[in-house]
This record gives sequence, structure tokens and C-alpha cells, in this order.
Amino acid sequence: MADPENAKEATTLRYAFGNVLSFHSSLDRSSRFLDPSFLCLLIDFQVIKYESVIHEFDPYFNYRVTQFLTKNGIYDFWNWFDDRTWYPLGRVIGGTVYPGLTLTAGTIWWILNSLNIPLSVETVCVFTAPIFSAFASWATYLLTKEVKGAGAGLTAAALLAMVPSYISRSVAGSYDNEAVAIFALIFTFYLYIKTLNTGSLFYATLNALAYFYMVCSWGGYTFIINLIPMHVLLCIVTGRYSSRLYIAYAPLVVLGTLLAALVPVVGFNAVMTSEHFASFLVFIIIHVVAFVYYIKGILSPKMFKVAVTLVVSVGLVVCCAVMAILIALVASSPTKGWSGRSLSLLDPTYASKYIPIIASVSEHQPPTWPSYFMDINVLAFLVPAGIIACFLPLSDASSFVVLYIVTSVYFSGVMVRLMLVLAPAACVMSGIALSESFSVFTRSIKFQLHGLSGSSQVDSGDASSSTVVAQNDAGKAEKTEDTAKERPSKKSKKKEKGIVDKPSLKAKIERRLLVLPFEASIFAILLLVLLGAFYVVHCVWAAAEAYSAPSIVLTSYSHDGGLHVFDDFREAYAWLSHNTEVDDKVASWWDYGYQTTAMANRTVIVDNNTWNNTHIATVGTAMSSPEKAAWEIFNSLDVKYVLVVFGGLVGYPSDDINKFLWMVRIGGGVFPHIKEPDYLRDGQYRIDSQATPTMLNCLMYKLSYYRFVETDGRGFDRVRQTEIGKKNFKLTHFEEVFTTHHWMVRIYKLKPPRNRIRGKTKKPRSKKAQQLEQKEVQLLRGIRGIRPMKLENAKCTVMLILHLPRLWLHFEQELNSEFARMNNRCLLILR
Amino acid sequence: MGFWLRFNLLVFTIAILSTPVLSDLILSKVDRRIDLTSQIVRITSTLKVENAGSGLVSEVLLAFPELQAKKFGILMATTNEEKAKRKVLELVSLLKLPIQKECPALTVYSVSLSKALGEGDTMSLDVLAVFTHTLKPFPEKITQADIQLVLFQDSAYYLSPYAVKFQSLSIKLPDARIESYTKIENTKIHGSEIKYGPYENLHPFSYSPLVVHFEINQPFAVAQELVREIEVSHWGNVQVTEHYNIVHEGAKSEVNFLGQLEYQARPHIRGSSAIRHFVAKLPPRAHSIYYRDEIGNVSTSHLWADSKKTELLIEPRYPMFGGWRTAFIIGYSLPLQDFLFELEGKRFLNISFSSPINDLVIDNLVVKVVLPEGSRDLSVSTPFPVKQRQESKISHLDVVGRPVIVLEKADVVPEHNQYFQIHYSFNKLSMLREPFLISGFFFLFVACIVYVHVDLSISKSSASYLAKLQWDEVRATIQQVESIINQCLATHEKIEASLRDLSRIGDVQACKTTRKTADGLLKEHSKELKPLLAFLQSSPAAANICLSLNSIAEKMVKLYMRHPNIMVEELVAKERELQERWMAKHSIIVDCYEKKLGREIENRVAPQQQKVVALRQEVEDLLEYIDEI
Repeated sequence: MADPENAKEATTLRYAFGNVLSFHSSLDRSSRFLDPSFLCLLIDFQVIKYESVIHEFDPYFNYRVTQFLTKNGIYDFWNWFDDRTWYPLGRVIGGTVYPGLTLTAGTIWWILNSLNIPLSVETVCVFTAPIFSAFASWATYLLTKEVKGAGAGLTAAALLAMVPSYISRSVAGSYDNEAVAIFALIFTFYLYIKTLNTGSLFYATLNALAYFYMVCSWGGYTFIINLIPMHVLLCIVTGRYSSRLYIAYAPLVVLGTLLAALVPVVGFNAVMTSEHFASFLVFIIIHVVAFVYYIKGILSPKMFKVAVTLVVSVGLVVCCAVMAILIALVASSPTKGWSGRSLSLLDPTYASKYIPIIASVSEHQPPTWPSYFMDINVLAFLVPAGIIACFLPLSDASSFVVLYIVTSVYFSGVMVRLMLVLAPAACVMSGIALSESFSVFTRSIKFQLHGLSGSSQVDSGDASSSTVVAQNDAGKAEKTEDTAKERPSKKSKKKEKGIVDKPSLKAKIERRLLVLPFEASIFAILLLVLLGAFYVVHCVWAAAEAYSAPSIVLTSYSHDGGLHVFDDFREAYAWLSHNTEVDDKVASWWDYGYQTTAMANRTVIVDNNTWNNTHIATVGTAMSSPEKAAWEIFNSLDVKYVLVVFGGLVGYPSDDINKFLWMVRIGGGVFPHIKEPDYLRDGQYRIDSQATPTMLNCLMYKLSYYRFVETDGRGFDRVRQTEIGKKNFKLTHFEEVFTTHHWMVRIYKLKPPRNRIRGKTKKPRSKKAQQLEQKEVQLLRGIRGIRPMKLENAKCTVMLILHLPRLWLHFEQELNSEFARMNNRCLLILR
Repeated sequence: MGFWLRFNLLVFTIAILSTPVLSDLILSKVDRRIDLTSQIVRITSTLKVENAGSGLVSEVLLAFPELQAKKFGILMATTNEEKAKRKVLELVSLLKLPIQKECPALTVYSVSLSKALGEGDTMSLDVLAVFTHTLKPFPEKITQADIQLVLFQDSAYYLSPYAVKFQSLSIKLPDARIESYTKIENTKIHGSEIKYGPYENLHPFSYSPLVVHFEINQPFAVAQELVREIEVSHWGNVQVTEHYNIVHEGAKSEVNFLGQLEYQARPHIRGSSAIRHFVAKLPPRAHSIYYRDEIGNVSTSHLWADSKKTELLIEPRYPMFGGWRTAFIIGYSLPLQDFLFELEGKRFLNISFSSPINDLVIDNLVVKVVLPEGSRDLSVSTPFPVKQRQESKISHLDVVGRPVIVLEKADVVPEHNQYFQIHYSFNKLSMLREPFLISGFFFLFVACIVYVHVDLSISKSSASYLAKLQWDEVRATIQQVESIINQCLATHEKIEASLRDLSRIGDVQACKTTRKTADGLLKEHSKELKPLLAFLQSSPAAANICLSLNSIAEKMVKLYMRHPNIMVEELVAKERELQERWMAKHSIIVDCYEKKLGREIENRVAPQQQKVVALRQEVEDLLEYIDEI
């Protein structure tokens, strides 16, 4: 960091604080070192508090895909048909997954291993997100630097390094698409601005590549391909069209679309879906505008006017025709060419109305106000100041940032998940606001200090703003110049520094600056520092407490301060992986699908990739049906085990009973015999004695509360804070095979289908036969080694042997030979 | 029950077929003790061997039923002739012994004696046989609430190809219920110990089946596979990583799972045969201990360490009932000096062979010893025969890979946990390879940074020199601009003077002529200015300065440096404005004079005058400022 000497020197110049920062950024590399150091601190919370483990649900899937990639290579990866999930449908992973993250981690792993650094795939996966968040803060620095200079850039990067919203996705172990995508997003924006400022085709090409990486990484790429056209349109409308704008936009659309179509999961969607139409429309518009500018250059003004009227009248007709065709095409598709998630962005109520699957994910809910404060904290207050700073003066770059923040605020208001897109924008804005205000305050302090000795003439107001404007215009002009010669001038600049730096000069410039009272500026700086400190404290707290919990391991503090670990999920998954057959199918609600395939390596029916609504609805229906119907559904799906998550014993709120209404809704959406009102008593969801009989008899209730009453004698559910409604019941079609230590995961096995003979034995039997049976039972009781549990089975067997001797062979298979022999002996005695 | 019969039958045939005359040895006394307190069955027999015939005998045969022989953990014969020295005798498995042809159900081992027995000589022989997987749970499936019962079968008489004069047998059982046991003559039971015998003068291959059915609540932990990796680093560390794959081979838990409830409430009564935890006795000063499985850390473990031992208690993720499986990894580091020694220029590693976990049967043990890169002349000495091979492993910062010795052994019991040695030679300089690699890389990095940041060029074509030239050019141009502007200002002054004359004398004509000349001059000046301004704007130096400044982001410097260009533009603009104002003022005054509107002049000129003064001031400021540059 800056030693005080340097800092003092810097304050003798104009920007005291901004300078300390910018001084450091003078070595581009220093920022790269600076920001990761922030992040390292944050990685550690997760690894220190917990362990190097992958979080949540989706990351487990990504981890599994990466494992496959590293084991089988890239070609097998593209062709991978996964039969361990969505049984019996399977899933084409290569064509339905955004491969950016997986390929990135796979490449890192491959490089490390070819350098003989044998890190496991898991380690690489765990640490991919933190590495990329370091890159992201570097990209933020570059973006903000392009917009408002290095001081703002560094402030923004520092803010981004800590912003809780992004930390939640970039802690070690959060191995999700967003981890890589946010970097790609910011970097694409940076390259776009860079191209806009320089007009260089080189950067335009890089921009297309960055966009390609973004398309590879995350479905959120549609945000880029809509935001950039919006900005281009804005520039054109406000008369800021230039050749730089053309170079920034046209190659991006052409190259970007071509590259995007290479990603299997996007494919022809890049030209077919409505999300991309805006870019093509603007592409046409920018060409028309470019053409008009060209014509304007050639023709005389009079001729030009004539041409305009001619073209506009013809063009309008053509446009109307084309638009009509387009609208007709789009309207012919049921979703109007928009995917469900995009539609729910445009119409926030869409999902809850039509797609319960999307609405059932808590990430897709609109955020509450506290969550804004939690996620971006003081940035929320700094953003407006940043927007104002962007308007003084408004350049192409700053208008883009303003557009970015406005749209992302809207999107984050629709879905909590998209708070992540807002975070970088908020950081950029706040970085600008902070650095501008610091520069204003330090400048006025500086001036006052000199003002005591020097001139008291204050030339405020328009004079200063005019210089700023002039400065900025010049800045733009300079940027248009060739950048290739940047290096030599860097060196020459250092030499000239001495010539320029004369004290007499300062007075001149200071005279032109906006000046605030001395005390006020000192006070304001203190407040800003306080604000920053508060932000840091909040971020550290959020990172340590709220966002580094891996959700697969839960912890709680006991009264004496000891840490208690709830590791039930892994307990259950480990049990499944070691104590069931490799090909057994496990049914659970889709939340646990990815984890089951990744950790237990068992085939699941549905998972977090919710591509087939009907299949999920089938599982939902089974869960909300009575036992027998559920057994039939599961049996038809070849399911052997059913896994439910139950938090009632320890008070774990996100368990299956709390998700149950979604299962009913999703199930009912496809199978109308499941009706939501059947599960609600007067519109209220309850599980106590007031609950409806449908609720109390459904499979989910039974599997969750089976034998629960035996824990404390009255069956008090700590999540719902109530006693359960139906306490003592038996399962007829399922049997409990495993329950974890804290009862958080319970696994049941489907009982094998009833023996077909059972129906025959129900026929009225002769008294003699009954007596015989009793005798046999007594006999069997006398034989050691046979437990009462076996008795029913044995009884049945003996009966059968008596009545249907031909089935002997069948039973030999079913019983172990010892047992059969004993029966044989019994029979002999009887006869 | 069923297989007892079968077994009886088999032994019966053996007894009939075998002929007593195999050799002249007789066993004068056999004392057998069978320990059944854990899943590992240990049979200790003390034999008193007597040579009754003539001629030297140098080998003693030991016979075991083939079923048992398949499950040997260890078979060891020792003599205690000299009391201080117990000598382990060589055991050879004889597969093609004559008696085997007659009764294939027997496996016969021969003990070759170090000293042949002469006629009439006696010696005593201790035979320790350890069996795994011998106790059969019966019934095979139990619920969690049940106790675990097992069957043990053997012969009440010592099975031997020799005649046995006098023998006794005692079976030690765990302190628990005995369901049943075979009663033949001379059977006594004392608490948990069953005694058979003494029996006298039995023929060779005498056999009497013996079955004990008893309760055992010891868990039957069997590691189906254990891979131990011992990695030696000469930087002071021995890293041991053990991959366990464990199954509970006791009575299988019935599918009907009675829940955690019983188990948690009364763990000692219910499910007492479940494996709750393992205790690993690690060597003293073990550190950096971890316990994890393939899906992450397992948090249920405890560690006690003192100067003599380190005890690690690990609980599997779930209590293991019969038939359940689990897999986990434990790892620990040991101080090097406790295990690596130097002997005659060679080094040798002395470390225990088997797992540190108590009472664990290991079906297949693989020990991999990874030696540092550059080790040569490897040799292994083990206290018992093992399969061995060599491979190599490439790990952190390796170039050619580290030599790995792989030792494999099946059916390992705790008795195998003995020290074994690996001798190798190693050059100390090889230790420095890795530090060299790291520091080399670091220096390369530093060198790159230095190279990028230092401009070593002195030639005139160097970038900085060119930049300086350009800058000089720019400065010259700026000076030219300044001089032109000064000329303009001089013209303005002339106009002012003529205006003053006008107000004094009222000579409108003279004033108009001065205005014309002034106009001409100004036009010329602006013509001269044009190329200069164009040069300034296009000059890469001026622009570059700004750009580079921008990227280097020193704002105040940027501001200063940018000024030549901006200021000049501003200056020119201001000057133009000034010109216009002057002209406006001039024409107003002249107009007024022409129209003789004496009073109005001052009213109309006043605002113009003010602006002129202000502009003039600004222009002068700017000029002064540019001068500074």
C-alpha cells in the first residue's frame, strides 16, 4: 500500500485521495495484485469455517460434469448422454449445458496436471469461483477506468471485491455458472466501451470473443445482447452516432451471433428466438444510419433533403411490411418466441401464473427491500450520486453505464437471482461516486490550505465546469487517436513530469475549481470514510456468516458456545452410495437430484435441470398421493428408494413439508386429480390435527412423520411449531431403511409387490387347515434362530407348501436353503 | 446344522482313508487354546514332538482342513528351546504331499526344523494360527434389536497326521450367552470358557466335530481393501494416507430398519453389534491428521495425543449395522527422524506394515511407499512374505517421477502389524531440486517484470527520444501560436486606440480605415493559425501524451500535460470571440457616431465593453499560462 511519503506528495497535486489510488494503478499490474488480496480474505471464510467443499445444488452437477470431462475428454463430453438422471428419459448433457464453466475448470485442471501439480478435480472446482472473482474485479477496474478514470476504477474494483451479492456466488465452493459469467459479463462490457472509445477493430474482435465466452458460460448472455443494442439505439437517437459506434456494434453482432451459434445449447436459438431480435433490428438501424451519414457527406444539403423524403416514404412501407411479417411469425409461436424465464422477466407475474416450476424456486422470487440492503448495502445510496456523476459530462461510456444500472435495477427487482447482475453495476456507479466526491473534497481542502497564503479570489461555478467539459472533450479526442503508441509516451511522460510540476501553476488551476468550505469537506470526507468502513464491516460479516455456509453442512451454536455440525445430507448420500445397488433408482423432490447423482452416484428420476415438467409433476403427484397410489407411480418408474428431507426434529425450515405445496401445484398442473384446495384447510396450509384428511394421508406426510411421535411422545414439529395431526400410523407399501442422525434425511424402500398367491390364501379355509397352521407356527417358534419378524413369512410359506407342493422350487429360490430344510423337516413331522 | 453333517461326513472319510504310518513322529502332548473373543479366531497350540522311530527327522507336518486353511490370516511356528530366543521356523506349504492325494480336503504345511530331531529326541513347538472369516453369523439376518449369534466349528481332537498321546483344548468365549455347544466326553464349562479333554492316545487324523453357537457383540469390521500410501519427504515429513473400504460382516441387518430412534436412545442395548467407531492408534507425534471420504470431510472424530501415542477415534458417517459398507480416508504426517535412519551411507525407512486400527481384518492390503525423487538401489525386507513390485509416481514439481514400492498382501490381521524396512540410497543434493525449480521460476518472473519496466535503449530511434522530439516540435508550434495571438492583441489595441481617437476627434473615416487594415491583419493571422492548429491537433505527441497520461491515470499531470493542446484551442477560441466583440463594439460606436446618437453610445457600448474586458483578461491569463509550459 501507499507509504505516507508518497501520499503526501500526491496531495500536493490536485487529487489527494484519488491520487493515492491512481498512483498505484499507474502500474497496471498492481491493481491485479491488490484486488485478489481482498478476495483471498473472503475465500478463507468458507474453507476455514467449513472445509473445501462444493456448495448447494447446481455446483454439484457442474462438478460431476467436470469430472466426466476430465476423465473422458472433450469429445465424449459433447456426446454425453447421461442415463443416471431423469430416469427413464435420460438427459443429453453435452447439448443442454452451458459448457463455459466446465471447460474453464477442466482446462485449469489439465494445465496443472500437465505441469505435474496433481490437484484433484474437486479442489480446482472449489477454487475456480474465487479466481474468477479476482478476474471480475480486475475487469471492473478496466470498465470503470474507461468510463471515469483510474481512481474510480480502483474504487469500483475494491467495492466489487467485497460486495455481498457477488460474494454469495464467488466464495470457494460455489462452483456455478455465475462465478465465471459475471467476469465474462463485465469484461464484455469493458471491451465494448473500449472499442467505443478507441474505434479499434482489434478490440471489437476481442469483444466478440468475450461475448462468446459469456454465451458459453451463462444463459444471462441475453442481457448483453439486449443491453448493447439498447445503448447503440440510445446513441443514435441522441445524435451521438460515430464510426466508433459502428465498429463497436456491427462486428459484435455478426461475429458474436456466429460464435454463439457454435455453442450447442444455444445453436439456432441465436437467430430464432425473440431475445436476440433486438440486436438484429438495431443492426439494421445502425446500417441505415451509417448509410444516411455517408450520403449526407456526398450530397449537397438540398439534394439530401429530397433524398430523405424519398427514402423515408419508401422505407416506411417496406418496414411496415417486414414488421408485419415478423410479428405474424412471432405471434404464431405459443410463447411469442420468448422462453419462460425471459418472459417472467418482462412480466413479473407471468411465472406465478403459468409456470409453477420457475416460481417455486426461491431465487426466482422478487427480492424484498432488506435483501437490497443485505446484498449491496451502502452502494444503494451511492448509486444515485454515481448516476449524477455520469451525467457530468455525459459521454458514450457513461451513458452506457447509466443504461446498465437502470436495466439491472429493473431486473433485480423481478428476480432475486439477478441481484448478481446489479452488483457490478452498483459497484461501478458507487466507485465513480466515491472517487468523484473524494476528489472534490480533497481538492477543496487542498485549495483552502494554499488559499490561506495565496489568492483568495474564488472563481467558482461555470468556470470550473467549463474546464471539466473541455477536459473531457479533449479526452475523447485523444482516445480516438491511435493507441499503439501508448508505451513510448508513457516513458516520455515521466520525464516531462518534472517540467510541468511547478508550484506557481497550481494556483492558476485551483482558481478554476469548485471549492467547498474547509470544515465541510473534512467532515464529508470523514463521513465517506465511515460509510466505507461500515460497508467493509457489513461485507465481512455477510461473507462470514450469511454466504459462506455451504448449505450441505449446517452448523448451529449450542448454549455453551460450542459448534454443532449437522452433516445429515452427506450422511444420507454416503449411505446411499455404499449400501444400495449401483443401478437402483432414487426418487426425491428435484432439489436433491443433482446432489444425489453427484454424491451418491445413484440414478434419479428428476433433478434441478427442470427441463421436463411432466416428469417433475409425476413425482409431485406421487408425493401428494396416498400410499398405494404413490407406490404404483414409483413402481412404474422402477424406483427402489424414496428420499425425503425432514426438518421437524431439529427445526430445519427448508424441508420437503414446506416445499410440499409446490409439489401439489406442479403435480396438479399436469394431473388434475391433485387439487390444491384438498390440502388446505380454509386456505391455510397446516399439518396439525386441523389438517385435511388428504393431507394427512399423502405420502409426503407419512414419510416425513413416520414414527416421529416416538421421539418426544407427542410429535412436536419444530419448524411448523405445532403438534402433528396424525401420530401413530403404519406404512404398508414402504419401509424405512435409513434415517440420518438428526432425522433430516429419511430414506424409504419400496416393498416388493405382494405375492400373487396371497389372494388365494384369503379364501375361506377349512378348520383343519387353520389348526395345522397354528401348530406349524408353534413349531417354528420353537426353532432357534428364527426371529418373530420372520414368522409371518414362514407361516405363509408353510401353508403354501401344504397346499401347493408344486411351488416347492419357487420357494427354494426365495428362502435360504437352511430355512427351507427346516421347513421340510417340520412338514415331515406333521405328516 | 446342515453343514455340520457335511463336515462330519468329510472328516469321517478322512479318518478312514488315511493311514497312520506316515512318519515316526508322535505328539506326546498337545495343548490347544482357541480365542473366540473377537472376529479373529486365534488358535495357539503347544506341541511336544517326539521322534519315536529311527533316523533324523527335520520336518514336522501340520494339517488343517482346507476350509479353514483358506482363511488363514497367519500361521506361525516357534520353538522355545533356548528360553530367551524364540525362533520363528520356516513354514512351507506342501501341496503335493502323499496324504493329500488320499484326502484332498486337508491342507498340510510342513515346518522345517532348524535342528533335526534324532532318535528319541523331543522338542516343543508353539503354533499360532489366526483365522479370519471363520465365525459364521447364525441366523444370518437379524434386526437391530437382536443380539448377534455366531457359529464356530472345529475338531475336538487335534487333527494331525501323527498319533497324539495326550491332548486338551480350551475355548475362550466372550462374556455373554452361550446358545449351545457340542457335548462329548470330558466337556466342562467354566464361565465363558469351555474345556475339552484331556483325551489320550488318539490315532492320526482323529476327528470329532465341535460346534459352538454363542453370542458375540464385537463388530465384524472387515476392510475389503486398504491402500496405504507412505510418502517420504526428506524435508522432514512422512505422509501416510490410508484408503479404507470397510464392510460389517456380522449378521446382516434386516431390511426393516427400526430407525435411529432405538439406536440413539439405547445404543448399548439395541444394535450392540453395530460399528459405532474405530480407534486408530497412530504413532506418537503424528500431526496434520485428517479424516474424510470422497464427498468431503467427516466431522465426527476425536483425537487424544500424548508423548507415547496418538489416539484417533473416528466415527463413520452413519453407525454401521450388519452388512453395511462405508469407505473413508485417513491421513496423517509423522516426523521423519522417527522413521528414517541412516546406515552405512544408505538410508532405511522403518515403518509399520498394516493399519493402525484395532481388530480390523484386511482382505487385501496394498502398501505403497513413495520415496523421494532420485532414490536408487531400493530393497525391501519384510517379516513375512509379500508380493512386491515397483512403479513410479509423478507428483508436485517432479521431473522424472518418484520411485514407488508396492507391497501387496491378502488376509491381513493385527498380528501383521510389524515393522518392515526399505533400504535405499539418496543423494542429498537431489533435495535441492525443488527449491531450485521454485526460485528459478520466481527469478524468471522478476526478470520479466524488470525487463518490461526498464527502458535500456540509448539509440536515437528509441521511443522516448522520438517522443521528446515530437514534444519539442509541439512546443515550438505553441510558441508560434502565441506570437500570432500577441500580434492579434496588438491589432486589437490599435483598434481601441482608433476608437479612442474617434471619441476624441470624431474622425469616422480614419477609424474605418484602421478597422479595414485591422480586419486584413486579423484575417492573415487566422490564416497563419490554421495550419498550426491542425498540426497541434494531429500531432501524435500531443495526443499521445494525453492518452498515455490517461492510462497511467495521474490526473493532475494529465491536466497539466494536456494543456498545450486544450489551452491553445481555448485561447484561439477566446481570441476569436474577442475579435468579434471588438468588431461589434467598433461597428456600434461607428454607427452611433454616424447617426449622431451621442447619448446612446455609452448605453449600447457598455455591455460590449465589459465583455471585451473580461475576455481580454481571460486571453491574457491563458497566454500567461501557456508561457509557463
